[in-house]
Amino acid sequence: MNSKKKKMSLSEKRSRTGFLFVLPWLVGFIWFYARSLFMSVQFSLSNLTVSPGGGYSLDFVGLDNFLYAFRAHATYKQVLTTSVGNMLIDVPLITFFSLFMAILLNRKFKGRTLVRAIFFLPVILNSEAIVDAMDLARNMMSGGLSNASAEMAQASSGGMGIAYYMQMFGSLGIPESLIEYLMGAVARVSDIINASGVQIIIFIAALQSVPGSMYEVAKIEGATTYETFWKVTFPMVMPHIITNIVYTVVDSFTQSDVVGLAYKTAFTESNYGLSSVFSLCSTAITCLILVIVCGFIQKRTFYYN
Amino acid sequence: MANIKGIIEDAKNDKQFANDRMRWASNCKGFILFLFRLVIIVGICYVILGPVIGIISSSFFSDADSYNPMVYMIPQEPTLYRYELASKYLDYAKSMASSLVYAATLMIIQVFICSMVGYGFARYQFPGKNILFACVVIMIVIPTNTIMLPLYMTFAKFDVFGIINLIKGSSVNLLSTPVPMYIMTIFGCGLRSGLYIYIFNQFFRGLPKEIEEAAFVDGAGTLYTYFRIMLVNALPSAVTVAIFSMVWQYNDTFYAKLFLISDSIVISKKISTITATISTLEKILDPAILQLFLDAGIVLVMIPIVIIYVLLQKQFIEGVERSGIVG
Repeated sequence: MNSKKKKMSLSEKRSRTGFLFVLPWLVGFIWFYARSLFMSVQFSLSNLTVSPGGGYSLDFVGLDNFLYAFRAHATYKQVLTTSVGNMLIDVPLITFFSLFMAILLNRKFKGRTLVRAIFFLPVILNSEAIVDAMDLARNMMSGGLSNASAEMAQASSGGMGIAYYMQMFGSLGIPESLIEYLMGAVARVSDIINASGVQIIIFIAALQSVPGSMYEVAKIEGATTYETFWKVTFPMVMPHIITNIVYTVVDSFTQSDVVGLAYKTAFTESNYGLSSVFSLCSTAITCLILVIVCGFIQKRTFYYN
Repeated sequence: MANIKGIIEDAKNDKQFANDRMRWASNCKGFILFLFRLVIIVGICYVILGPVIGIISSSFFSDADSYNPMVYMIPQEPTLYRYELASKYLDYAKSMASSLVYAATLMIIQVFICSMVGYGFARYQFPGKNILFACVVIMIVIPTNTIMLPLYMTFAKFDVFGIINLIKGSSVNLLSTPVPMYIMTIFGCGLRSGLYIYIFNQFFRGLPKEIEEAAFVDGAGTLYTYFRIMLVNALPSAVTVAIFSMVWQYNDTFYAKLFLISDSIVISKKISTITATISTLEKILDPAILQLFLDAGIVLVMIPIVIIYVLLQKQFIEGVERSGIVG
């Protein structure tokens, strides 16, 4: 054994040590992730019945579960399309909002630490119960507890309702779909703010890693602030846009209704095969979106190093 | 006429005047920008803080206040009754202590394991390294929800290559205990472990190689180098990961629900049933009043994380900025 050890070259030794460092994770990955993914696929292709002893037996049924999910299930298609649609609307909004806020917060001003702490608060308070209660509290902030609903009714019946503004902008010749998108964005402004804590921090960090000399050069060459943003700041933070998009997509998927539906199907209706189909299909769609978006951006990304 | 023209001509040529005008204009521009920034920042801070203030203020409302439409934000007859009942039914001191212990132990394991794996990926070359690192990225991208069912099955009939079956005669059911969470975390697959591994990997890659070479030349072994030198240097990202993992673990209800972990260990799970508990045991049926109890309970649950966050806020945000997440 000893002589064998001596024969190992230094690089071999190092590679073995490195492998040992990674080993615990590798075992976990194979045990929990790779095996579970395989099992998910297996479940989705078969009819699972739980036997009394706590075990289960599988009947291979081919693609029946898939066909059922997409042809016969009452709500799955609808839930899936709404979730994906919401995700596609939210991702660009969150990305640009957090970039904008990061630029705003990157300047030096009094109370900057406090403001940053407040912006990160939603990430700290993201427990399910807290989020639900916060939504309710947000509605109540417009008045006392008992007159909340009365006030809401009043706001929507007022002369300056949303319909009025939509008509006004419509008559200015702004396309209808754009107005609807913007209206949607305004309606979910608090969701967007609450979902962009981590992204803002990532962008702030990215902005601080841009060398100051670049801005000096831009200034000497006579670039305006607008040009500086598009020619210096934006390309430099471009790589982090991908990081942020990945984070946002995964985050919004984890909180979407599809996941809730899959959970419900598995644990209250005990239809494990169908639940696996739901999970697998929505994961596949998410990954597809990620690959397409990231590939699209990656081509246009400028890497400084 | 000629006189006026002359005055205008003079004013145009007057460098002093032009200078003043420009300075005035730029001051104005600066002020408007400042105002613009102020409005946006204050507005957004309000959107974030508004509901929190609402929850805190309504947790002090008495019954009379909540039925009185004239009362807004500031209760007329503030009461601590909500807190009394909420903390009684949450079994506050005990659940909070066990909840914090649960989150803190998992946090220590997370920091330890993830830093080790991140270090292995960052500093050593071994065959298949790139493929394995791609697996880490897959772990980040694939939501845990995809594999929840197999995980449930795995821990319902827990066994390691039939060894436990051999000793005890049957496989063990680990559900409704926190053990599954500990096992997954020890093997680097806990709550968002992929992200933490990524953060540590990025950080260790940024450290100069000379540190380790110096340690090696001075005769330090691998483990000594890792524990006494690298881990100490990684303090900023360790703080980041520690807070992330502590807070997310504390707030997590997904795994707690999946593994049926008792709600006296995970207080965030208990809070979601508090209204039902109070309404059955105290015979309070008005949902508006029940909501006040929930608000008080939420304030109680929020307190420890907010304290941790306020204390470590500066190191945390600096840690995120300096370390990790940014490649």
